[in-house]
Amino acid sequence: MDTTMSNKAKNGLGLVSIVIMIWTIIPLLWIVATSLKSDAALADPKQNVLGNFWPKDISWDNYKLIFSGGASDLFVPALWHSIIVCVVATVISVALATFCAYAISRLDFPGKKLILTSSLAVSFFPVIAMVTPLFNLWRQVGLFDTIPGLIIPYLALTLPLSIWTLSAFFQQIPWEMEQAAQVDGATSWQAFVKVVAPLAAPGVFTTAIIAFFTAWNDFVFSSNLTAQNAQTVPAALNFFTGASQFVQPTGAICAAAVIVTIPVVILVLVFQRRIVTGLTSGAVKG
Amino acid sequence: MTTINLEHIVKKYGDGFPAINDVSLDIKDGEFVILVGPSGSGKSTLLRMIVGLEDITSGDLLINDKRVNDLAPRDRNLAMVFQNYALYPHLSVFENIAFPLRLQKGKHSEAEIKAKVEDAAGMLELTEHLDRKPGNLSGGQRQRVAMGRAIVRDADAFLFDEPLSNLDAKLRGQMRTEIARMQRRLGITTVYVTHDQTEAMTLGDKVAVLKRGVLQQIASPRELYEQPVNLFVAGFIGSPPMNFLPARVDGSTLKLPFVDVPISGELESKVQGKDVVIVGLRPEHLKDATVETAPQHSVHFNAVVDQTEWLGNEQYAYIPYDADPSVQEQLDELDRDLDGEGMRTQLVVNLDARSRVLEGDEAELAFDPAVMQVFDPETGDSLTRDEAKAAEIAADSEKMRKAALERAKAREASQAERSA
Repeated sequence: MDTTMSNKAKNGLGLVSIVIMIWTIIPLLWIVATSLKSDAALADPKQNVLGNFWPKDISWDNYKLIFSGGASDLFVPALWHSIIVCVVATVISVALATFCAYAISRLDFPGKKLILTSSLAVSFFPVIAMVTPLFNLWRQVGLFDTIPGLIIPYLALTLPLSIWTLSAFFQQIPWEMEQAAQVDGATSWQAFVKVVAPLAAPGVFTTAIIAFFTAWNDFVFSSNLTAQNAQTVPAALNFFTGASQFVQPTGAICAAAVIVTIPVVILVLVFQRRIVTGLTSGAVKG
Repeated sequence: MTTINLEHIVKKYGDGFPAINDVSLDIKDGEFVILVGPSGSGKSTLLRMIVGLEDITSGDLLINDKRVNDLAPRDRNLAMVFQNYALYPHLSVFENIAFPLRLQKGKHSEAEIKAKVEDAAGMLELTEHLDRKPGNLSGGQRQRVAMGRAIVRDADAFLFDEPLSNLDAKLRGQMRTEIARMQRRLGITTVYVTHDQTEAMTLGDKVAVLKRGVLQQIASPRELYEQPVNLFVAGFIGSPPMNFLPARVDGSTLKLPFVDVPISGELESKVQGKDVVIVGLRPEHLKDATVETAPQHSVHFNAVVDQTEWLGNEQYAYIPYDADPSVQEQLDELDRDLDGEGMRTQLVVNLDARSRVLEGDEAELAFDPAVMQVFDPETGDSLTRDEAKAAEIAADSEKMRKAALERAKAREASQAERSA
């Protein structure tokens, strides 16, 4: 059997993937295009080209509106809340999950299965089902509309995810690496820090990005457990209003959506190099 | 100076199965000891117990007369080379070798580490690869990095876990001599696990043969070859393996499938009362009487050769025969113990390369009954083992080992003088 693909099959696959790429990218491009339209262009298709897609005159009004105009009171603090809440939640969740996953993949202790299944069970529940009890509880203990009040439920979302992805990564690291380190004179902690953790780095970064996305994109918790002191961007968008009650804030929402996407894109680009798999190649003879 | 003593070591797993059962070994300073056996014999487990990666269920492990059963691996000061090398892929070759030194915090200055690593790298011809990552190295180079990491730290003893099994045949031969040279040069106590009996024979001062967790015999390679204690050791040591032939005892004659052999003296009294014994005959002890002069007192016989294999320097001939059913079971079990495939019973003969015997020919073969090993079919114990001779071989091997160590030391000293 020939393992290399024929040219025909390659071209076919290329064509299909281009179609899929266009299919997924058009809505994104549309958001960008909409964010660049003025209020007039939004209402009048004649001011746009390519069938109401791209504005003839690019307007930055929507961006001005969310950063320094009427919506800035809502958007700028929300952006800060989003960043703080998501970064803290990600760091805590990855740190905890790293130790937990390491223990799960390496040690034999009673209750190991229980931890794994219960962490999976937590993610079974629909988020909306957790919100109402949390809302009542948070109000009584004074966590409502605070940053920790949002970080804690985000940990509940991201920890199971992180534990599962990371334990898969740790299981791929050969046991011998650690045993070699121990024979070389390392304590268990040194073996973990100097050998296992660097090898697990791609897994840790991948997990961190996934956890960050999950928290960054959450709407349900943020819109229900906060009022203004800890509101994140997805929830804040809900409260955007147009110039008058007869104007939809479409342009501003799109501009905000573009802005919140940028950190995510930067994150992926920065860590892309670290996510490369196969870092362990050469460790052991395969 | 490092001695390792294993006293009645037992390893039981959760299900109570003893992977290692009552193994006692005394490893002297500077000795190269091989643990050998087929798969599942517990040789790797034993090594991992010495280094501390496996718990010892019962028994005592002494290093330099100190009980170390409960010490963590890092406190035993032993260096180990793993079967799959276990290099640190995120570190350069230099840092891989320096790793154990860096862990001994404050003990070595940066300059000392550099000097030590470069010294080790020089010995293993890794100097030009120090900046590379293990992923970019060939199998042999990785193997040498793993050895470098072991020798750099002045460990009390080296432990090798099948270090050559991942290399191709040519490289394996080269690395084998390299390891032997290094061990003599450093004069360091070494325990080496392998399933390859060539490695065991060529490297070891002493070879410990294990079968299903039980130590069968520990002796010099020569003693194992010439004076095995039982069927298993006899069958395991030697390549191609020893032929085991059933023989009927008839007074002072052993009736082998092809020939009757007269016996006398001690052996005759030992086989008295037994119907059948198992005779072990090494392929290389059978001669083609037409091209080689057989030793005196040889017995001659003719047999039809089924298949021959000419290798240039030697030639193998295969002669099938029907085994006596009364010992067939014992031979089958032995075959299983030796990881065999339960093939047909055949006699393997290592003929001289000049021999012109062809397939289907009748060959004229001869062997000296004195080299014949006779085993009790019930217990598998050797009836021909000569304790006096074995002790003589052991003493001789020990003398040779000491001489080799002395020579290596003298050579080292003269080299150091010259370079100074």
